[in-house]
Amino acid sequence: MSFPNPTLLIGCLALLCGWGVIGLAGLLRPGSVRWAGNILFTLGAALGLALAVLGAVSLLGGGTERLILPVGLPNLPMHLRLDPLSSVFLVLLGASSAGISVFAGGYFRPGEGTLPGLMCLQYHLFLASMALLLLADDAYSFLVAWEVMALSSYFLVVSQHRIPEIRRAGFIYLVMAHIGALAILLAFGVMQGGSWLFTFHAMRAAHLTPGWAAAAFLLALFGFGMKAGLVPLHIWLPEAHPAAPSPVSALMSGVMLKTAVYGVLRVTLDLLGHPAWWWGLVPLALGLLTIVYGVLFAAVQTDMKRLLAYSSIENMGIVFTGIGLTILFDGAGMPVVAALALVATLYQCMNHAFMKSLLFLGTGSVLHATGERNLGRLGGLIHRMPWVAWLTLIGVLAIAGLPPLNGFVSEWLLLQSFLFADRLPHAPVNLLLPMGAALVALGVALAGYVMVKFFGVIFLGRAREATLARAHDCGVLERIGLAWLALGCVLLGLFPLQVVHALGAVTQQLLGAAVPQAVSVWWLLAPVPGRAVSYGPLVFLTAIGAVVGIAMLAVRLTYRQRVRRSPAWDCGFGALTSRMQDTAEGFGQPIRHLFQPFFAIERQLPAPEDRAPRYHIEIRERIWSMLYEPLARAVQRLADLASRVQQGRISVYLFYSFATLLVLLAVALFR
Amino acid sequence: MLPWGQQLLDMCAALLLLLSFAMLSQRRIVTLVNLYAVQGAVLTAATLLLAWRTGERHLYLSAALTIVLKVTFLPWLLRRLLRRLDIYRDSEPRLNVTGTMLVGLLIVVFAFALAQPITRLASTSTRSAIGIAISVVLLAFLMMITRRKAVAQVVGFLSMENGVFFGAMSASYGMPMVVELGVALDVLIAVLVLGVFFFQIREQFDSLDLHHLESLKEHD
Repeated sequence: MSFPNPTLLIGCLALLCGWGVIGLAGLLRPGSVRWAGNILFTLGAALGLALAVLGAVSLLGGGTERLILPVGLPNLPMHLRLDPLSSVFLVLLGASSAGISVFAGGYFRPGEGTLPGLMCLQYHLFLASMALLLLADDAYSFLVAWEVMALSSYFLVVSQHRIPEIRRAGFIYLVMAHIGALAILLAFGVMQGGSWLFTFHAMRAAHLTPGWAAAAFLLALFGFGMKAGLVPLHIWLPEAHPAAPSPVSALMSGVMLKTAVYGVLRVTLDLLGHPAWWWGLVPLALGLLTIVYGVLFAAVQTDMKRLLAYSSIENMGIVFTGIGLTILFDGAGMPVVAALALVATLYQCMNHAFMKSLLFLGTGSVLHATGERNLGRLGGLIHRMPWVAWLTLIGVLAIAGLPPLNGFVSEWLLLQSFLFADRLPHAPVNLLLPMGAALVALGVALAGYVMVKFFGVIFLGRAREATLARAHDCGVLERIGLAWLALGCVLLGLFPLQVVHALGAVTQQLLGAAVPQAVSVWWLLAPVPGRAVSYGPLVFLTAIGAVVGIAMLAVRLTYRQRVRRSPAWDCGFGALTSRMQDTAEGFGQPIRHLFQPFFAIERQLPAPEDRAPRYHIEIRERIWSMLYEPLARAVQRLADLASRVQQGRISVYLFYSFATLLVLLAVALFR
Repeated sequence: MLPWGQQLLDMCAALLLLLSFAMLSQRRIVTLVNLYAVQGAVLTAATLLLAWRTGERHLYLSAALTIVLKVTFLPWLLRRLLRRLDIYRDSEPRLNVTGTMLVGLLIVVFAFALAQPITRLASTSTRSAIGIAISVVLLAFLMMITRRKAVAQVVGFLSMENGVFFGAMSASYGMPMVVELGVALDVLIAVLVLGVFFFQIREQFDSLDLHHLESLKEHD
């Protein structure tokens, strides 16, 4: 392998260090919102943009650059590598974090939890660790970056640590992150394959027996799946993401979850080489479960950030379904279809980074303007906050999977790759896979439902509380951030062919195949080999534009001068108030009813003669009582057993040392 | 090299082992301290003998240190402590004396087995005593385990140091002077600190019996 001059890699490294410097600069005047917020975060956004550009250049070049830094462990200096796979994720990180950072520059207010300067340090450390993670080329640097990422995000999550629920959420997050990291560590331990060299290069060269390779894969899937929020390892996600300040939620949901996807792809398709086909069934099944589970819980949430967190779980389910299909097709010797599935996966990651960041930032603005995150107390904000509302609308349409925006493209690609299931040579699987496609379709449809609820309850209708009249639109920096992310959603939706083409370098690298383009027109995406299907978002855009334009024109012409305003019909009931609008609970009720066995519902209905009726409903996940609480009890029992070692008697402790000494001496003697 | 010199040294080693067993079985604490002083004296004798035979100068210094510290000062300190604290006997040990002695015998066998490879490596004329040095260390450890009174455990700790000292002497004609001085100082400080602890413990619990400290553990 040749070693081209690693210019781009050094550039990335410099940007990464720049983030570190910005973080430290925040400590110069930690209390100043102006310095840390407005100036430093905006600078950080510029670096993010530069990183995205470098990543894009590297991706389009398709080359691989390597660098060995003389720091790290003895015998294991820091190996770095920039290849197409890491480039894609660097673009994702840089581009979406640019928007989030600009927004964050205008977001932080004095007196909210952690000081802005300290926040700036944690935030930029978080960004830099994610970038380092993507560049790492040995297990040690990878895990160091992984842990720094987990810890810095932990501190960001608990920035409002005076609230007990947030401390609890942070604790759950920390525990889960550590268990996941342990599994990843073990996976690397298996993958070194007896060479005891922990560079990724050695792992690629290692020959593992099928059993050990499968073990490494499952360990990695467990560890990364925990970070990605794969059901049933997702429980930290709906706790931690809403607890964090909104830009951090956006970063965690939009970018950090993708590092887990990167990890799975890196381990499975790169380090372990060509996987066995049946491995794909595990992420596929878990992914499908995650889609349905996530979207159902999203449908019944009443807290807007929790709703988005569950929607993130659903989206990660889509991503892991794509990973499963990729492995399945690759193992079955169908590299082109595998490439299609991989492109769908990466595309979905990209999309989700933009859409979910956009939505989380939108909730952040709403939260700041109203101080309220309960959907039941919002409403009608499109009049007060037009910027936030309209830009959020783009994200909502995108995540609901409507053409011509970006969410549709990846889901369409994924469903297209599902259609090749009948060519798989494995008998029961190829019959069952179409049902998986049906589940994906169900998930996508329900996601649309969830998003209607999200947008409708927050922004449409009338304000449910009088205090909402004081809500104000967001500032300039926040608008720029939101607009940047919305622009990303639009561009990713309108130019899928170019994106798919750019992703070709990754599929070439990992699978040795690229998605073909059947038609040579720049505006038509026809990626499916041997089938005449295509998608032209510009056609959709034109058609939608034309229909809307004609309809508006027709309405104007027909009803000119004949507009009259009159009170809404109240069904003879009497005065209508804004609290009689459909609520979040009401909107989710059909789902709650249909899928009742999924939920653990606690409901208190007011008595009929109650003068001050209160309706209370709490929906919990059954998984807590079915899996995690027994697990916690078992751990407690084990710990109690272990605590018997602690006797309190000095002579017993002395005896422990004595026995240890004798045993060690005996071992030394008889060896 | 005189043959009786070797035999005298072996006799000193045997005396050390014997004294260790005596300490293991002794329940009167004052006698325990006396036995410790005697052990120090025997150690001094052995050191002097070795110094005279090998001509190693620093061993004379070691002997002087031993006689000052281990034969006179520390026993005096401990006796004073016992008088002030009013302790004469240890309460019944956990394992009765016979049982302790049997365990001690097994430990001596184990120690000699352990010493064999070291003996083969060492080039000194005193290498046969290494097994005894290890036995002294392990027997002192055993004494610390079986006693209930804190003072007895301190004596066990000091006796263990004697064993280490003897072991170093017989394996390589003593440790470097710096190390030896350091260890001597450590022992001195340890005894002083523990003396302070005794008073604190007694003040707290009205007794020096260590089972009172068991209530300090987290929960039962």
